[in-house]
Amino acid sequence: MKEVRVLEIKQSVFADNDKQAADLRQELKQKGIFLLNLMSSPGAGKTTTLMRTIEAMRDTFKIGVMEADIDSDVDARTIQKSGAKVIQLHTGGMCHLDAEMTRQGLDGLKVEDVELAILENVGNLVCPAEFDTGASKNVMILSVPEGHDKPLKYPLMFSICDVVLINKIDVLPYFDFDMDKCREYILMRNPNAKIIPICAKTGEGISEWTKWLAEEVKSWRAAE
Amino acid sequence: MHELGVVFHIMDSMEKVAHENEATGISKVVLELGEVSTVIESYLQNCWKWAAGKRDLFADAELIVETLPAVTYCEGCGQTYPTVEYGKICPHCKSPDTWLLQGNEFNIKEIEIY
Repeated sequence: MKEVRVLEIKQSVFADNDKQAADLRQELKQKGIFLLNLMSSPGAGKTTTLMRTIEAMRDTFKIGVMEADIDSDVDARTIQKSGAKVIQLHTGGMCHLDAEMTRQGLDGLKVEDVELAILENVGNLVCPAEFDTGASKNVMILSVPEGHDKPLKYPLMFSICDVVLINKIDVLPYFDFDMDKCREYILMRNPNAKIIPICAKTGEGISEWTKWLAEEVKSWRAAE
Repeated sequence: MHELGVVFHIMDSMEKVAHENEATGISKVVLELGEVSTVIESYLQNCWKWAAGKRDLFADAELIVETLPAVTYCEGCGQTYPTVEYGKICPHCKSPDTWLLQGNEFNIKEIEIY
C-alpha cells in the first residue's frame, strides 16, 4: 500500500518565475546589460517601433534584440536589416515568455558586448503581464485602432508598464479614439505611467521615447 | 492559451517538490484562485487533464480549485464591497478611489504525494 502525504505549499503559482526573474535582473545589473521588455497586442506596431528605436539609438548603445513568437522568423528578419544583433525565440505554442526562456534567449544572443537588450514579447495583452521576464523596464504599445478603452479591459498589463506608447496617431482622425480618456484610464490603473503618443511609421514622437529610454539606461547604470 | 502556460508552471514547480520529498507520484494538487485573477477554472481543468497525461508523476493527479471571493476596499468611505458586482466604483459612496483587497490570488495551497 502506498503511503499518502499532504504537503502544505502556500506559494503563488508565479513564485518560481518571480525568483528566477529577480536573479536574472541582478545578474544583468552586474554585467551592465539593460533589458527592456516590449509588449502589445498583435499588430500594434512592436517591430516597426523597434526599427525606429534602433535607428535612433544604435550610435549610443550596442543593441541586441530577442524576437519572441509562437512561430516564424519574419520579425527577426526585419530587425536584422537594422544592423542590430537579433535572435528569434520560439515559445513552442506558449502565449508569453518567462524568466527562464528570457535567460536562454540572452545566452543565445551572446550578450557580453550588448548594452541594451530588447525583448519583443509575444503579441498578447494578458499573459505576458503575469510573467516577470527579469527586465529592468517594461514598455507597452497601444495602437489607436485598438480603442481607448483597453486600459479598462486589460488592467494588469497597463499597471505593470513603466511607459505606454500610443502608436499610429496618424490615423486618429479616422477613429473614435479619445486621447484624453485613454490617458485618464491608464493613469487610473497606473499613476506613474509615462504616456508618449507616437507614430512609428512617420517617426513622430520617437525622439521623446528614445530620449526617455536613454535617460533610464543612464540612471540605471548610475544607481547602485 | 494562458491556462496551459500556468499549468506547465505549476507542474514544473510541483515536480521539484515531489522529487525533494522522494515521492513516486502526485495524487492531488489544491489551488486557491481569486475570482478576478485572469485564469478561468474550466480552461484550467481542461489543460490540466491534457498536460497530466503527458507526465508520469501526474498520471492520476486530481486538480482541486478553491475560489477566493474578490473584495474591494474604498479609500473614500473605508468600507469594502464585492468587486465582481460593482467593479471600480464604490457602491456606498460612489468614489472611484478604490483598490482590490483580495481576489487576484493564484496560489498553490497544498499537494498530496505518495
